[in-house]
Amino acid sequence: MDNRNWKGWLYLLPAILFLGIFMVYPLIDVLIYSFEESYNFASQTYQGVGSYNYSYVLHDPYFLQAVKNTFVLVIFTVPISTGIALLISVGLNSIKALKNLYQTIYFLPYVTNTLAVGLVFMILFKKTPYTDGLANLIISWFGVQPVDFIDGPYWAKMFVLCFYTIWVVMPFKILIFTSALASVNQDYYKAAKVDGTSRWRTFARITLPMISPTVFYLIITGFIGAFKAYSDAVALFGTNLNAAGMNTIVGYVYDMLYGSSGGYPSYASAAAIILFAIVLTITCINLLVSRKHVHYS
Amino acid sequence: MKIVLQNLTKKFPNRSKTGPKEVVAVNDFTFEIPDGKLIGLLGPSGCGKSTTLNLLCGLEKPTSGSIFFGDDDVTKVPAERRGVGFVFQNYALYPHLSVRQNIRFPLENLKGDQKLSKQEMNARAEEASKLVQLEGLMERKPSELSGGQQQRVAIARALVKTPRVLLLDEPLSNLDARLRLQTREEIRRIQRETGVTTIFVTHDQEEAMSISDMIVVMRDGVIQQIGQPQEVYDEPDNLFVAKFLGTPPINVFKGYVKGEKLFIGDEAVLDAKGVADQEVWATIRPEGFELDENGPFSCALTGVEVMGRDISVVATHPQCENVTVRAIISSRNKVAVGAQSVRFTLVPEKVFLFDPQTEERICVQ
Repeated sequence: MDNRNWKGWLYLLPAILFLGIFMVYPLIDVLIYSFEESYNFASQTYQGVGSYNYSYVLHDPYFLQAVKNTFVLVIFTVPISTGIALLISVGLNSIKALKNLYQTIYFLPYVTNTLAVGLVFMILFKKTPYTDGLANLIISWFGVQPVDFIDGPYWAKMFVLCFYTIWVVMPFKILIFTSALASVNQDYYKAAKVDGTSRWRTFARITLPMISPTVFYLIITGFIGAFKAYSDAVALFGTNLNAAGMNTIVGYVYDMLYGSSGGYPSYASAAAIILFAIVLTITCINLLVSRKHVHYS
Repeated sequence: MKIVLQNLTKKFPNRSKTGPKEVVAVNDFTFEIPDGKLIGLLGPSGCGKSTTLNLLCGLEKPTSGSIFFGDDDVTKVPAERRGVGFVFQNYALYPHLSVRQNIRFPLENLKGDQKLSKQEMNARAEEASKLVQLEGLMERKPSELSGGQQQRVAIARALVKTPRVLLLDEPLSNLDARLRLQTREEIRRIQRETGVTTIFVTHDQEEAMSISDMIVVMRDGVIQQIGQPQEVYDEPDNLFVAKFLGTPPINVFKGYVKGEKLFIGDEAVLDAKGVADQEVWATIRPEGFELDENGPFSCALTGVEVMGRDISVVATHPQCENVTVRAIISSRNKVAVGAQSVRFTLVPEKVFLFDPQTEERICVQ
């Protein structure tokens, strides 16, 4: 090993050390736990090695409910939030007056505490013996019967969760989109204008391909973020998510470790590894799809 | 297509807090561009030449005045319906589209009865690419092309819908010196072949002089002079035009006229018939010097640069506004090595006199 090489490793050492101790080692440990049956924290013992943990988790109705909830959340919130954020950003990009004001307003949710916002949403949507809540008031104008969005039917609760998630993730996406749109060279638009390109075609054939790396980035991180959702559900429905039927995969992992019925690190590890496999698969699919549609300059 | 500009004016609000409220980028332009000619808009940066181009193309709206293409008043016609082709300084080729898709792009925008079939579009794109000699590169992305090739794609894209007017913004500024020579010949050839009225903007006087049928010299939003390149070079209307055209630049001296003789320093260097006694700017083109041992004009010799065909005599003179006096003379002449001074006779038609206040030309009879 020559001198320069040695120095390079020295510079990398802090990062390697910290990532190794706090990321790689725990990850490997989780993988190991997931195959050790009936692992006990206190005595650090286990009774055997095998795939029983996976089999248990995959047959647990709470886990299956959590997977279903997570998928519904991902499928609805990622495309809708990305789409609306793009629309708002394009709008913001084409106005001059009050642009900064609107940008600030759209960015506000990002700097607001998630749990506080959850509380506000709960108040807006909850139906109590005293009041039906603002959301019910509004739908009653259209002659719809009031629904309890927090303690009521599954679809209503899911709607609130999706709505809330979209609202929370939007500001970041708008921020990224507006900066991506602003960095597109104006000459392309001038060229398109001279050539008589319609607005829609300009957007579809020029703007969208130009910002496609950003769209792709937001979709990937959106997917990963939504798969890892947990605090949003807690903010709306409290900590007993299994009882509410609104648990997510990460919530299930947490409950298995620390919940009232917790203390099962082996099951929690198996669930965590399953989540990892799901996210990895989806991200790979995303990468494959993007190859055709993302243009890096 | 003949182009007429009438009292065309464009004012921009001034962004800086100091100074006037408005900046006049284009000030009361009136001129006519004959059909099928290649016109160079020439001036230093900030003189309003790009704004003029944007006004012609419709990307900017004039504050007042009008623009005619032929007999049509297009002042209020939006850019897309003017029938102009525009080549941007950075080409603005869509990076995610192939050369073919880039060239076809304007055709795909056509609507209604102008709409073309796929075959027609491809044929037109093929034709345009042949004109700019891009065959064989049609499937490449712009990033896989050299600067000169990108330039040609941009020209093909501008020409594919057979515009009435072709506008080029600093077409050669992004190319290296060798490509520049080649490309300007290319632009000339394409313009000749298509016969489309072409206007291009440049700050490089050599570029403008070499290929234009007519040049328009501008400064601070005001037209200084319009004419054929040689005519403008030989008969500059004012000091700015004289200084702006020509490499090496014209030599400017403080001088005065006394008794119909031009004096630079104490030496009477040239006759100045019909000029009243006054101070003047005396300007001499580098080729306006002739070596002559008994010549009336003497300079302190600094050095001699041999350039093969010519030699460039570098000298200094106390009355000269330039750092050095530069004279280009034929290499048949010999300059004595180690000489301290050098004497010249001046060629009368290469010497121009300008009024020191107005900087306008003073004509010598």
